Amino acid sequence: MKLDLLAALNEECAARRATVLITEIASGQQRLVREKDIPADPLRHRLQEHLTLRTSGLIEEGDKQFFLDVHVPPVKLLVIGAVHVSQALAPMAAGLDLMVTIIDPRTAFASPERFPGVALLAEWPDEVMRRIRLDRNTAVLTLTHDPKIDDRALAEALRSDCFYIGALGSRKSHAQRLERLRATGFGEDDLVRIHGPVGLNIGAVSPGEIAISILAEIISLLRQDRRQARKATEG
Amino acid sequence: MITSDADILKEAEAWKRAGKGVAVATVVETWGSAPRPVGSHLVIDEAANFLGSVSGGCVEGAVIMEAMDVIADGRPRMLEFGVANETAWQVGLTCGGRIRIYLERVEDGSDHLAGRPGSGQALA
Repeated sequence: MKLDLLAALNEECAARRATVLITEIASGQQRLVREKDIPADPLRHRLQEHLTLRTSGLIEEGDKQFFLDVHVPPVKLLVIGAVHVSQALAPMAAGLDLMVTIIDPRTAFASPERFPGVALLAEWPDEVMRRIRLDRNTAVLTLTHDPKIDDRALAEALRSDCFYIGALGSRKSHAQRLERLRATGFGEDDLVRIHGPVGLNIGAVSPGEIAISILAEIISLLRQDRRQARKATEG
Repeated sequence: MITSDADILKEAEAWKRAGKGVAVATVVETWGSAPRPVGSHLVIDEAANFLGSVSGGCVEGAVIMEAMDVIADGRPRMLEFGVANETAWQVGLTCGGRIRIYLERVEDGSDHLAGRPGSGQALA
C-alpha cells in the first residue's frame, strides 16, 4: 500500500465520507474510490452492495479477484436531553464509534461543563433535526421525559429513515406518548418503530446501567443480520 | 485508548511518516465462527509494535512475525489460519473458524492511481 493512498483513505475517513480501497489480490495493485466517484466506477454495483451492508469482502470480477475494504462513516446518535443518563451514555457511545450529538433547548442542562468534549446543541430538537440529514445511519433517542421536547423529536424521527428510535419512560408514560402521537396523525406502522420502554431488559437502575441497556439495544439493531444468521445456524 | 479501524490506519500513516517500516494486515475472508469480521486491521511497525486485531489474540503473534519479513522484503502475502491443534502447539483459532489475512507493506511515495478520479480503469 502506497503511503499516499493510505493518507487519502485516512483523509476521507476523517471527513466522514464513505470510501472503498480496492486491492487486486493477484497483483497487489490498489486504488481508492471516493464516495463521489462511486456512481461512475466500473465496479459501482458491487461497491453499492457492500456500502449498504457496511461490510468489506472479496469479489470476483471477470477472472480477477478483488478485496473491497469498505469504510463507512460512523453511525450518528442524536440524544435529546442533556440529562444524567446522557452524561453516562456519551463516553460509552464514543467507545462504540457512534457519533453522538446531544440536543436540549434548556441551557441549564446543555452546558459544556456537564458534557466535556461532547457535541452539544442548546436548541429545539426538531429545528436541529430538520437542518441535519437523518438517514439510515442515524439513531434517535429521547431522554428528557418532557413531552414538549421529546414529542417534537419523535415526530421528526418518525418522518425519517433512521434505523432506531428510542424513548425513555415507563410503560404508562410510553402509552400516553403513543396516544399523543396518534392524535397528531401517526399510524400504528409508525409507532411500532419507537422502542419504549427503551433499552434491553437487563434490570438497569443507575444512569450507567440504563446507558448500557440502550446502547445494547442499538447494537442489536445494527447487527440484526448477524443475529439472524446465528439463530439460523443454531436451528 | 479507543481504536476503531479508522484510528488504526491513521496510526499506520503516522508511523510511516516517522520513518518506520510498517505493515498492514487485513482480514479478507472468514469461515465459521471467526472472532473478527472481514475488513478488520492490524498494523505492525518494524519493532513489532502493533495496534488493532485480526483475531481474538490467537494468531496475532504469528502475523506480527510474518510482518517482519514483509517489512524487510516488501512482498505482499496471503496468510491462512485454521483450527488450532492444541497438542501440536500449532498456531490457530480455538473457536474452530478459519481466516485469510492479506499482509502488505506501506510503501514510500505516491501511487499514480491514488484516488485520482477515473484513473482506476486499468484495475477493474
